[in-house]
Amino acid sequence: MTTVAKDEKVLEVNGLKTYFYIGEGELRAVDELSYYVKKGESVGVVGESACGKSVSALSILRLIPYPPGIIVGGEIIFQGQDLLKATEEEMRGIRGNRISMIFQEPTTSLNPVLTVSRQISEALELHRGLDRIEALQETIRLLKLVGIPDAEKRATDYPFQFSGGMQQRIMIAMGLSCSPALLIADEPTTSLDVTVQAQLLEIIDDMRRRLGTSVIIITHNLGVVARYVDRVNVMYAGRLVETAPTEELYGNPLHPYTQGLLASVPRLDISKKKSLRIIKGLPPNLARLPGGCSFHPRCDYAMPICREKFPPFEKVGENHYRACFAEISKFKKPQ
Amino acid sequence: MSDNYLVEVKNMYMYFPVTAGVFQRKVADVKAVDNISFYIKKGETLGLVGESGCGKTTTGRCILQLWDGMRGDVFFEGVNLPKLKKEQMRRMRRNMQLIFQDPFASLDPRMTAGDIIGEPIKVHNLAKGKEYREQVAELFRMVELEPYMADRYPHEFSGGQRQRIGIARALAVRPKFVVCDEPVSALDVSIQAQIITLLEKLREELGLTYLFIAHDLSVVRNISDRVAVMYLGKIMEITTSDELYANPLHPYTIALMSAVPIPDPKVDRARKRIILRGDVPSPVNPPVGCRFNPRCHMATDICRQKEPELRELKAGSEHWVACHLV
Repeated sequence: MTTVAKDEKVLEVNGLKTYFYIGEGELRAVDELSYYVKKGESVGVVGESACGKSVSALSILRLIPYPPGIIVGGEIIFQGQDLLKATEEEMRGIRGNRISMIFQEPTTSLNPVLTVSRQISEALELHRGLDRIEALQETIRLLKLVGIPDAEKRATDYPFQFSGGMQQRIMIAMGLSCSPALLIADEPTTSLDVTVQAQLLEIIDDMRRRLGTSVIIITHNLGVVARYVDRVNVMYAGRLVETAPTEELYGNPLHPYTQGLLASVPRLDISKKKSLRIIKGLPPNLARLPGGCSFHPRCDYAMPICREKFPPFEKVGENHYRACFAEISKFKKPQ
Repeated sequence: MSDNYLVEVKNMYMYFPVTAGVFQRKVADVKAVDNISFYIKKGETLGLVGESGCGKTTTGRCILQLWDGMRGDVFFEGVNLPKLKKEQMRRMRRNMQLIFQDPFASLDPRMTAGDIIGEPIKVHNLAKGKEYREQVAELFRMVELEPYMADRYPHEFSGGQRQRIGIARALAVRPKFVVCDEPVSALDVSIQAQIITLLEKLREELGLTYLFIAHDLSVVRNISDRVAVMYLGKIMEITTSDELYANPLHPYTIALMSAVPIPDPKVDRARKRIILRGDVPSPVNPPVGCRFNPRCHMATDICRQKEPELRELKAGSEHWVACHLV
């Protein structure tokens, strides 16, 4: 999939802990999270609401609102620099420039009282030092790149004059404006129609291949990930529970949560006669996590040890790791 | 009309006026639903899919007679609903209920779960006193909640649990027909599967008939017996859900399906992908001829001139498609 030189790690997260302190006590939104992203690689982060996937992304950009949130430990090495030790001024030079982020809701992420060209030009003037006219020309080029028709005319429109899909294209144009080394897309297509989703994901994937940008796609949609990423991280209750190359993860999931998640997605190519498998129960409250492995109350394979301690992250195959005590030979074969 | 139809829609139109100026004169119409006809058999689930703004929600609400200004016929067990007087329609409503998309917005935050579920029973005077309380408790159990939760308020429940409350409220009056309007699209994957399975179980146990509205084709295929594909106020194709997947005929259906990713990279990467150009045009001014022609990769001259009719491929095949090229 990737055409650029591999193995160079653009981002390395080690033992990241982001906690929130609220009325209910300590809420471990992200706990002991470690992963890396190589140059030109796309990594999917999958999980349900409140599993910590967005918080982990915001932590990379140091955008966690304080209070109540605080990064209590770990390191985030981006191109050799630990972002957790960077000054606020250094961070301003990185955000939107070397790392940019596309948010889920374009409607609330765009400034309603500024024209689209103003919003995109801002980053160009600030980070790339273009003057106003150059920035406008570059903005128009970017808008054409992401498929906005009549880009010259539309550049001076306000966000409300665009549809949701068009607004998200503008967000993508903004995200790519400074050719970042790392693009984080947080549920980039969740509120959009499937036909528009496909268009946008193609644009992002095309950029990755042409510019060698590393991409992190955060999503709850297992299908999106199957098509566009090289590797998948599965998160549950703030922790990474399994990571593997995409085909390996889908073909041979080795954590009961991943297995359950895959079996509970309705699939276009599977008929009604085959019913869905259900993961029983609800995701846990992060302020009152069960002891041991957070998934044990919902797990079919739970053993006494699962209630006592959190399973270590162990290697189970080529680039395939998981955090689970259950023996692989005990897993039921998927029907 | 055939005996085994529970609902039959004939030539239904719903235009919303666009007004402008000081006197709010009508200047145009949003043609949300533009001459559609279909039927739903007793005990089946008909899926209705399409992109946002295609008129799928309006269709559901028009069947339930929730919009004034709808034109056309809607037969429910042979009774033409638009012809009924207000009071007659009110009594008829017991037979048809609606489950909403957003479990956070569709429950009154000031009412307890028990009152929310029990309200339809009171409105339709179906039970009182002890019997009422027993019925409410039974409804809680039916949707796999515990009756002791009746005194809690909506904010104390999770999204999936709230959707269960919405389902229990719809079932409180023992309807025959339920319109499910995107009931799982706001939920997490693992919870989605729980609600789909619950809806399916209730349909079997209570002999319900569903109109299942959703934008997610995978969900629709999983729950529906037949599927109707809508685009800009028109039905483009209707057939059984297995046939639609194995043999889609309308170029729009084909493109829509190719855009749906399959959570299995081996299968998914082998599929042919058609990326549709542009956005859905405005329903105020739909394209002349076939509405899909500006985005269709197969469009010819006739598609730009004449609107294709929804026709059955072969008599009795139950595969209907509106395309000149099929």
